[in-house]
Amino acid sequence: MFGGVSFRLENGAALVVRGPNGSGKSSLLRLLGGLARADHGTISLDVGDGPVPAEELGRHSHLIGHKGGVTDAMSVEANLRFQTELLGGNSSLMDAALTRLGLMPLAHQRAMTLSAGQRKRLALARLITAPRKLWLLDEPMESLDAAGEALVQTLLGEHCASGGIALIATHGSAPRAARLELALLPEQRASA
Amino acid sequence: MSHAHPLIALLKRDLTLAFRTGGAGLSLAFFLLVIVLLPFAAGTDPALMRRIGPGVIWIAVLLAVLLTLERLFQADLEAGVLDLLVAAPAAFELLVLAKALAHWLAIGVPLTVLAIVAGLMLGLSLDAALALAFTLFVGTPGLSCTGAIAGALTAGVRRGSLLLTLLVLPLYAPFVIFGAGAATLAANPTPPETPLPAILLLGACSLAAALTALLLLPSAVKSQVD
Repeated sequence: MFGGVSFRLENGAALVVRGPNGSGKSSLLRLLGGLARADHGTISLDVGDGPVPAEELGRHSHLIGHKGGVTDAMSVEANLRFQTELLGGNSSLMDAALTRLGLMPLAHQRAMTLSAGQRKRLALARLITAPRKLWLLDEPMESLDAAGEALVQTLLGEHCASGGIALIATHGSAPRAARLELALLPEQRASA
Repeated sequence: MSHAHPLIALLKRDLTLAFRTGGAGLSLAFFLLVIVLLPFAAGTDPALMRRIGPGVIWIAVLLAVLLTLERLFQADLEAGVLDLLVAAPAAFELLVLAKALAHWLAIGVPLTVLAIVAGLMLGLSLDAALALAFTLFVGTPGLSCTGAIAGALTAGVRRGSLLLTLLVLPLYAPFVIFGAGAATLAANPTPPETPLPAILLLGACSLAAALTALLLLPSAVKSQVD
């Protein structure tokens, strides 16, 4: 789908990935999140005790994309508890996460009643309850209101300040924490 | 601070969902309705019921299981929950097997228990109904494992239920042959024939299905995620 992409991010770095529709932004994030395999090339992630094996990339990263991993038939609280426990997070952080994301009043509502922005907030909550080194955010601002966007800015700032790494695919304005930019240009597309 | 293991979290969640969203309840209701309709179609002759009852119950179980397979992986694929399984700090192989286990616990076990009631409704003796339930207890894990593989392979297919049915029903044939065979024999004792060999073969089928799931299910689910 694309080729000739090479970069290295130090701890605390945030990178904005830009490119026209279909240029492979989401695919790049899925590769880094261990959800797809590259035909060529290598991905190396160091979490402090040496490089992570390719098949375990997913265990050290959060990929939050268009499908948020939210189950409609479960309540907001049950969704977050399940995601937190499944991802080996800390469920005592759930209340804090729900409060920060403004989901506390909705905690016992079924997820199917949420608006698109509220669903996005619910998907983002696992960033807090299951701390992980690498954040892969695919259009994180999509359908969020101004307060939601500011919250993502703050979360990204905190994540990078504590040594985390983030990649953000977006068409919108770059988050403040992101000082680096990667452009996937159409001409970089190699034949599949 | 709670540290529920990812496997337990997934099992708990799938079981809760199965009973709360009605997937399990609908399938059980379907099963009972088919059994209730049988006397209207075939009459209530006790000798006839003893001969065809166990087989009909087995077929009704297959159909009730079949109804639940389409959404087994499809719902989680669409919602992005399968992506989360890849990101969980547990072996992916065990996580997808936990989904098959949850399916058996939510569908296979209740159907097995309900089959006792169904057997009695059709006029089987208590012993025959219990023997029938035992064949289901041995056979339904195989139905769940086989069904899970097919459900995973067709999860990405829009309206794949017909494909799924055509894929699964032939694979269910050995379970019907040995399961219904053993249950019919138990309801109509004709010494020196005993249902035991058929039950052992049924167990072998279930075991083979479980091993196949162990080998194929992880890559079948992974192929949908990639």
